[in-house]
Amino acid sequence: MMDKPTWNSTLKAFLYLLPALLILIVFNIYPIIKSFLMSFYTEYDFYNDIVYKYGLSNFSDILNDPNFIKAVINTTVFVIGVVPISIITSLAIAVMLNSKVKGLSFFRTIYFLPFVTSVVAVAIVWSWIFHSDYGLLNYFLGWFGIDPIQWLTDPTYSMPALIILSVWKGLGFNIIIFLAGLQNINRQYYLAAQVDGASAWHRFLSVTLPLLSPTMFFISIISIINAFKVFDEIFALFNGTAGPANSTLTVVYYVYQKFYEEWEFGLASAAAFVLFIIVFLFTLIQLSLGKKFVHYQ
Amino acid sequence: MDVRIENVTMEFQNTVAVNSLSTTIRNGEMVSLLGPSGCGKSTTLMLLAGLYKPTCGNIYFGEKNVTNIDAEKREIGMVFQNYALYPHLSVLKNIMFPLRMQKVPKREAKDRAMEMARLVQIGHLVDRKPGQLSGGQQQRVAIARALVKKPNLLLLDEPLSNLDARLRLEMREEIRRIQQEVGITAIFVTHDQEEALSISDRVMLMKDGVLQQDSIPQEMYRKPINSFAAAFIGNPPINFLLARKTEQAGNYELVNSSQIIKLPGYLNQQKIQIGLRPENLFLTDKDNALLTGEVIHLETIGRDTLIRVQIEDVTIRALIDPSIPINVGDQCHLGIEQDHVHYFDTENGSNLERGNSYDGQANMEQYA
Repeated sequence: MMDKPTWNSTLKAFLYLLPALLILIVFNIYPIIKSFLMSFYTEYDFYNDIVYKYGLSNFSDILNDPNFIKAVINTTVFVIGVVPISIITSLAIAVMLNSKVKGLSFFRTIYFLPFVTSVVAVAIVWSWIFHSDYGLLNYFLGWFGIDPIQWLTDPTYSMPALIILSVWKGLGFNIIIFLAGLQNINRQYYLAAQVDGASAWHRFLSVTLPLLSPTMFFISIISIINAFKVFDEIFALFNGTAGPANSTLTVVYYVYQKFYEEWEFGLASAAAFVLFIIVFLFTLIQLSLGKKFVHYQ
Repeated sequence: MDVRIENVTMEFQNTVAVNSLSTTIRNGEMVSLLGPSGCGKSTTLMLLAGLYKPTCGNIYFGEKNVTNIDAEKREIGMVFQNYALYPHLSVLKNIMFPLRMQKVPKREAKDRAMEMARLVQIGHLVDRKPGQLSGGQQQRVAIARALVKKPNLLLLDEPLSNLDARLRLEMREEIRRIQQEVGITAIFVTHDQEEALSISDRVMLMKDGVLQQDSIPQEMYRKPINSFAAAFIGNPPINFLLARKTEQAGNYELVNSSQIIKLPGYLNQQKIQIGLRPENLFLTDKDNALLTGEVIHLETIGRDTLIRVQIEDVTIRALIDPSIPINVGDQCHLGIEQDHVHYFDTENGSNLERGNSYDGQANMEQYA
């Protein structure tokens, strides 16, 4: 099977790749290139698809737009709020599930449910939970003497509400991946560490974490990218707005507003491109950190 | 430090893995736990390590009852079958790990780890990762890691089974050397009789969770306590023949064969099981023969010739002098020294030889 590539075999290989490539090119590659180009359209007649002028003014415009700056800040707050909490919580739950519990598959299903449920349905349920008068969350907080919070209408609390929803939503996926990673760790290492005098906590630090690092790395990259792209949770939770007083306006939401509400294709594309650069930089940083801290077996 | 096991029983859901085991392992001794798979030898080791807690019974390290002490507090060293070296740590850090857990200062830990690495002759490999080492080198690292904290007891779980034949021989001598150099009490689990007999001071043979025989290696071979011990020790395996008493005193008839054999007069069972080790049998003339039959198979391995002899319905293996010319199809007469014959009870398999009052308990008490 490992023959030298010839023109003939290469052609054959492309033939097999064609169906997938075709879909990818039409729906992914072409739009990416097109939107990249579009970010340089400064004068554009979209009825007739004629570009009168190219330039960088779209970029300077959005960088001077206080809304865009706000969107970048909100997105950053969101990423910092969601990713660590989500990873720590899901790791803790995965470790608990990995110890011998009865009805493991039942719990796995329960925890995986949020991941397979439509965001819109989830957001509707959560908008009830967050309801300031009848919501479960305020009812629960009431037990501790905390006054009802206007989760969805007060700009101060809308971001925390969004973070809570997103952490919960991401748990299932992370837990499943962590569980798979945990089950790949040979039990012998734990026995050896125990004989070597390591307490349960030290076994977690010295065996589980390093041997789980490839999984951790994968999850952190996926989670950060996903968190930067947050949109549908906001749209569904705040009924098609960016939260009270734009308090949960994120970069993707900004792109959406510019594109579909204001028909500013150039600005939308420029914002999308800026987001791409940010995510790309983050991923590069993670990859270089990964080389240092991730142990592949 | 003496290790004392008192009536230890370990039950898993439906099975009794270790059944009322008692023994004492004296300071500085190297003891092997021998037996077929599933006999409870590894479970016994896990119990000593504290990785399992016994269902009942007690374990003492010296005067201290450690039965309910967790593995991390027992201060023992253990070498696992697949070594279980931490793959993300270098060799040096692997060896330092137990010291780090004891909060030994880094500098001292490093010195002690290096010293230990030199003892097991891997001083030049300390910067490598376990994945870059050969099986034998990993084994040495595992031993160094087990010994670095100067434990009172070293446990080895089938330490040689992942090595190839030649390396196994080398490492087993190496383990013995290290054990004697350090002077540590060591317990060694193996299913390989040769390993057990060659390097240990004492062998404990187990079957179905019950200790069968507890004796020095030579005695286990020479005076098996029952037919199981006789069958387990020795290669090629011992021949068992069933014989039935005849009218004439002292004469026994081989079952499935009309051959009559003479046995000592003190035996008075209706039926008896005879054990003949292949290496004790020799070719002789008709008058001195115990058994006569036809050679049906012959193979020469190195210095020995192994023949299989058909005596009507039974076949017998014998190791004979390769210089005697013999061919498949020949009739041959096999003889054996009278005191090399083992006699076993057909019901419970116990050794019937008179004058040897070594039932298991007596033997164990001798050591206790």
